[in-house]
Amino acid sequence: MTLLQIEQLTHYFGGLRAVQDFNLNLQPGELVALIGPNGAGKTTVFNLITGVYRPTEGNIAFRGQSLVGWPTHKIISMGIARTFQNVRLFKELSVLDNVRIAHYTRAGYSPLEALLRLPNFLQQEERVRQETLDLLNIFGLDDLAESTAKNLPYGQQRRLEIARALATRPALLLLDEPAAGMNPAEVEQLMETILWIRREFQLTILLIEHQMRVVMGITERIQVLDFGETIAEGTPTEIQNHPKVIEAYLGEEVAG
Amino acid sequence: MKSEFWKRWGVLVTLILIFPLTILLPKFGIINPYIDLVLKYIGINIILAISLNLVNGYMGEFSVGHAGFMAIGAYTASLLTVWLFPRQLGPFLFPIALLSGGIAAGIAGLGIAFPSFRTRGDYLAIVTLAFNMIIKSVLENIEAIGGPRGFMGMEKLTSLWWVYLVVILMVFLARNYVFSNFGRGVLSIREDEIASGLVSVNTRQVKVLTFVFSAFLAGVAGGLFAHELQFINPRSFTILKSTDMLVMVYLGGIGSLGGSILGATVFTVVMEGLRSVLQQIGISQEWRLVVAPLMLILLMIFRPSGIMGLREFRFLIPHKERPEAFAGHREQMQARKAAKEVLP
Repeated sequence: MTLLQIEQLTHYFGGLRAVQDFNLNLQPGELVALIGPNGAGKTTVFNLITGVYRPTEGNIAFRGQSLVGWPTHKIISMGIARTFQNVRLFKELSVLDNVRIAHYTRAGYSPLEALLRLPNFLQQEERVRQETLDLLNIFGLDDLAESTAKNLPYGQQRRLEIARALATRPALLLLDEPAAGMNPAEVEQLMETILWIRREFQLTILLIEHQMRVVMGITERIQVLDFGETIAEGTPTEIQNHPKVIEAYLGEEVAG
Repeated sequence: MKSEFWKRWGVLVTLILIFPLTILLPKFGIINPYIDLVLKYIGINIILAISLNLVNGYMGEFSVGHAGFMAIGAYTASLLTVWLFPRQLGPFLFPIALLSGGIAAGIAGLGIAFPSFRTRGDYLAIVTLAFNMIIKSVLENIEAIGGPRGFMGMEKLTSLWWVYLVVILMVFLARNYVFSNFGRGVLSIREDEIASGLVSVNTRQVKVLTFVFSAFLAGVAGGLFAHELQFINPRSFTILKSTDMLVMVYLGGIGSLGGSILGATVFTVVMEGLRSVLQQIGISQEWRLVVAPLMLILLMIFRPSGIMGLREFRFLIPHKERPEAFAGHREQMQARKAAKEVLP
């Protein structure tokens, strides 16, 4: 069964066409990349999927259910999580709290139980705490649980962001330029991480990336956007030699 | 080395030990009525400061009309004790009056929060400002509750020990809220609202919930205030009162309960001290009205983070959340690391 099905997705910012007739089908377990020059509409697609923007036209269905018009937090709790192009952690909060916040819909207690610290609250808080520490443990961040997020080095902030996204228990993970600002060694490690979390958490992953090493190295399928339109799709090898892709990235060859 | 027992229950034991003093000291005249009054004001102001801090500090929104909620609490509680409750039972039903005042203010808060949080930014400030003015005008125009002349006839039910108990309860509730997923949701909204929604926080719900809780606290404080003065009138709850609350919050430090406690205490003491100083040197008391806004301006310029600046007193942190709680986890963690597959 198709996990995510996007049909004829179109979005305008006023008169500006950001995405035009975008189609995408994701099967469970796939690792697909969305690439394209700057301003091609890649992040807009992520924002449309997660309900940050409401599409002008078209449909997005997750496990057969339409997501159009749903508030962001509902879409997230249905099993979609994402990270950001520029790390967007809760900078002043601790590493632990950054991940605990992502348990919001699964906290399992009412405001009244929280106000009075009733047994159920204490029990659920302990569960959330354990789950969070487990997750931080997996990402090697448990020793830093009390640190303020903004004090972490960049690479660890990226990891924390992925950990935070996973805390919502997603089936589909959207990664927006996970390798941005990383050095080659870190990129190498990131690729391993992505493959590892896909296996361990049984994820389907859609990623936006500019670093061709990542795109060509780990994805199974690539879709290329330019000016909001899909200009090519296929396996990494097909895309590498696709004339339209070369044109979009390098420009047209001048005759003579 | 402090014992485990003391770490866990120290705060509670201390609070219980202080309690008899709040009855005995005023009773035997060890503290004079004026000190007694100032202490009560400190207590009431602590609740008000925490109330406003939840919205302006923790959530990062801006309310300037909390005196309106205080007014609703004050009038509701007073009407109940004067008109509805039998006189002899007054002292016993006082908590119910306070609670009702809080709930009435909370309902008003709900009415404000729903439309205001549809959008972001300065909208809440404008709506709450208008709300504060509307409440004052409405109260001035209801003849049955005294109109502009105010409402009186309450008994002096607000004793020092009542203030003490109510403050402890309210601080306890606020602390529990802040150290729950709702409180953390509030903080995440202040940090980055978009990201907050994208990690499954129902931002709308958290905002409304927090605002209602904040209004509830202001309402309870209003009830205490009314039964101390035994006389309330609409002019007690103008934008000036709201400004006082703002000063207390920013003086103590936003996003810190300890800050609000300190801010309220320092503010009350300074304002009372100023009263006698002005009297001594023979300057009009009107000048006190200049001090609060002036303090606010100076604070914003020289120390925008307030006295506490996002930090928190240890005794206000639930013991599970204190740093040493991690020590036990660390060993568990090492074991888990050895047993489980972790990220390469």
